[in-house]
Amino acid sequence: MIADFGYGIFLLSFILSIYAVFAAIYGYQTNKYTWVESSRLAMQLTFPLITITSGILVYLLVTDQYHVSFIYEVTSRSMPLYLKITSLWGGQSGSLVFWSWLMSSFATAVTFRKWDRDREFLPWVVVVSSVTLAFFVGLVIFFENPFEKFWQTFNGDVVTAMFQPAGSVPFSPPDGKGLNPLLRHPGMIIHPPMLYLGFVSFVIPFAFAIAALITGRTDDRWTRITRRWTIVAWLFLSIGLILGGRWAYDVLGWGGYWGWDPVEIAAFMPWLVGTAFLHSVMIQEKRGMFKEWNMILIILTYAMVIFGTFLTRSGVLSSVHAFAQSAIGPSFFIFIGVTLVVSTALLIYRWKDLRSEAELTSMLSREALFLLNNLLFISIYIVCFWGVLFPLISELFTGQKVTVGPPFYERATGPLFAALVVLMGIAPLSAWGHSTIKTLGKAAWKPATAAVIGLLAIIFVGKVTNIYAIIGFFAVLFTSFITLYEFWRAAYARSRAQKENLVLSLWRLFGKNRRRYGGYLIHLSIILMAVGIIGLEMFQTETQGTLAQGESLTLGEYKITYNDLAIFDSNDNRNLARATISVEKNGQFVGELHPRRDYFYESQQPMTIPGVRSTIQDDLYIILVDWQPITTEGATFKVYHNPLVNWLWWGSIMMILGSMVAAWPEKDPEPRKVSSNAALAAAD
Amino acid sequence: MKTEKKWLYGFILAALVIIAFTNPGSAFAQDNTPTDNDVNAIARQMFCPVCENTPLDVCPTEACKDWRELIRLKLTEGWTEQQIKTYFVEQYGARVLAEPPMQGLNLLMYILPPALMLAGAAFLGKAFLSMRQNAERSKISIENDKAAESAEDKYANLIEDEINKREA
Repeated sequence: MIADFGYGIFLLSFILSIYAVFAAIYGYQTNKYTWVESSRLAMQLTFPLITITSGILVYLLVTDQYHVSFIYEVTSRSMPLYLKITSLWGGQSGSLVFWSWLMSSFATAVTFRKWDRDREFLPWVVVVSSVTLAFFVGLVIFFENPFEKFWQTFNGDVVTAMFQPAGSVPFSPPDGKGLNPLLRHPGMIIHPPMLYLGFVSFVIPFAFAIAALITGRTDDRWTRITRRWTIVAWLFLSIGLILGGRWAYDVLGWGGYWGWDPVEIAAFMPWLVGTAFLHSVMIQEKRGMFKEWNMILIILTYAMVIFGTFLTRSGVLSSVHAFAQSAIGPSFFIFIGVTLVVSTALLIYRWKDLRSEAELTSMLSREALFLLNNLLFISIYIVCFWGVLFPLISELFTGQKVTVGPPFYERATGPLFAALVVLMGIAPLSAWGHSTIKTLGKAAWKPATAAVIGLLAIIFVGKVTNIYAIIGFFAVLFTSFITLYEFWRAAYARSRAQKENLVLSLWRLFGKNRRRYGGYLIHLSIILMAVGIIGLEMFQTETQGTLAQGESLTLGEYKITYNDLAIFDSNDNRNLARATISVEKNGQFVGELHPRRDYFYESQQPMTIPGVRSTIQDDLYIILVDWQPITTEGATFKVYHNPLVNWLWWGSIMMILGSMVAAWPEKDPEPRKVSSNAALAAAD
Repeated sequence: MKTEKKWLYGFILAALVIIAFTNPGSAFAQDNTPTDNDVNAIARQMFCPVCENTPLDVCPTEACKDWRELIRLKLTEGWTEQQIKTYFVEQYGARVLAEPPMQGLNLLMYILPPALMLAGAAFLGKAFLSMRQNAERSKISIENDKAAESAEDKYANLIEDEINKREA
């Protein structure tokens, strides 16, 4: 009954979003603002309605109502409460409901802003947001209904249907299948919401861009309104990607964080284009240039958001044939196609209005370097897009499946990423409008000298001989010194001018120009992450061996000794095989590690949990590969030595901080001035 | 005597060589038993067709374990890395390789991204040159306008002076 109610409410929110689309268009065409206002209110109403639907789904999950097929698929009685709740996004249909809920919350939030100066944008923002929402809600209603129930027919077959088929009786399995064990990890619990938040946040700048194209108000107003939305979207998407990487490192048991898997790339593509947009939009704000390019980038970002969801949800990645059989695949395909055609048509229609207000006169000006940054980001995006698409094309045209794995991506994107790191250092030194080699050299020679000295230390003291690592280390040293030097110069100048101490000046600097210094913090965080990536990619070593109890295996400075293996059942329906390993570094005992293999009885799936000793210098990462089931005398271990990988995670935390600084609302001094004047006048 | 010894040594040497190459349990064969690391060095370049996108060296399934054992067997038999890869491609198709082989339609895979990047760079370069020309042109026209304005001012001043003289 409650499932039917949830479905009914969701249907109502679908009707409301469709109504919002038509009311907004009609209101705009006829200049009847009451219709536009009605569409706004309709869109706002979708949020409480989808909240009720999601709440009902969560209620069904936590109360073990296995007569509902979705609940049966993703949860089980032995699962803890928090996992039952987060199972909402553990399966296809639940995740689409969750996507819709986030979309409705963001769409509602944007309608609460002050529209006085931008009233003409409102109907089109409502239209774009509501169309996107209606699409996802429609997918759930017509193809992926999480409220479908089990029914047993008279011949004993169990079928799923929303409403009772004739001649059947309700059927409820005693227990559910349980959540995929791989998804029972804190990183995986938070990872999908973060990615979805990033995805839905990018819908808002796209909605404003389309509104600007339709209304012809193609100045930089839409970019200014959506600046913060874009940074927030970028932040959530970044956190989502990083959490996905951490999850892979902790759970998948292959000693790395990024495997260039198509699912990973599906989330990476909107991030790449979104990052290009985030930089490019600054050129429009400062110089009134590349308006058409910014439109292309935001349209592409939106398309990649939908395409990323399509890739992961349609089954197309496993096979083009699975896509054709998938219920939602063709709908996604049509939606992406229609969106691209409409957006491109609008772009062509307004092309002349989007002409630049200034010309690019210097190849070393900041706008030129930002454009180069865009070229690099888009090049990486092309590699990723083509790498994901090619196996599908190959299967379609030749019938032969191929794998596009890490070697291709690493070879193609490595130099582009290195160039981006160097550019990240140079671009902030250049001036808007015009820069020369001389002005750049004057600003860069000190950090460049420091970078060369640092690099020599790394080569001779650290004994690094790998040429790619040397290039990588030079890039990170150069850019980090330049960024730190920028902080120093500004803080020092301020401390002298304001007669403050240096720390206070640095603090106030952030308040003075949050976007710039937040951006610099993000750049520093990327450098930290780059150090971690260089460490793992260039210096990772590994070995594997089968050890009897008491035997040892050596990898570099580490020696591991296999002590024991315990095999037992846990309370939550798992069978655990847990090894005890002693770890020595340079002959000194440094601790014990417990790599293990969990076997989940419900889903009949194994899961490898590595034993990790993690320091800022390196990680020792041990996987239990195999063991003798009866005697426990011998077990096989795979051991990875991952230098500097922790820098990646610390860099991620810094990136979150930097993004928060950049997105934090600026203080508006005007209202305070007015109110103090008014108070004085009142006192007089 | 010397000739007899020569024959004896020769016979022993030949016997040792024959034993070494024919007896599977010989010390020579044991020394060449591939280690897990030897197997993984090849396995990490391959993907199992069942477990999508998981490199063979780290895939925990039974099927992948059997594949690794097959690699070990082939190495024991003296197969080279390339021979083993070719064998797997013949058995299971090109998808077992981490990258598509450079042939036929696969060539597009390698050609298209750099071609698009170069096209993008060329487009940017061209756009920059045309923008700079526009800027220079508009700079020249502004200077011409200024010069024309100052010339006009000069003549206007002369006329003004003439009128003033006559009025005086």
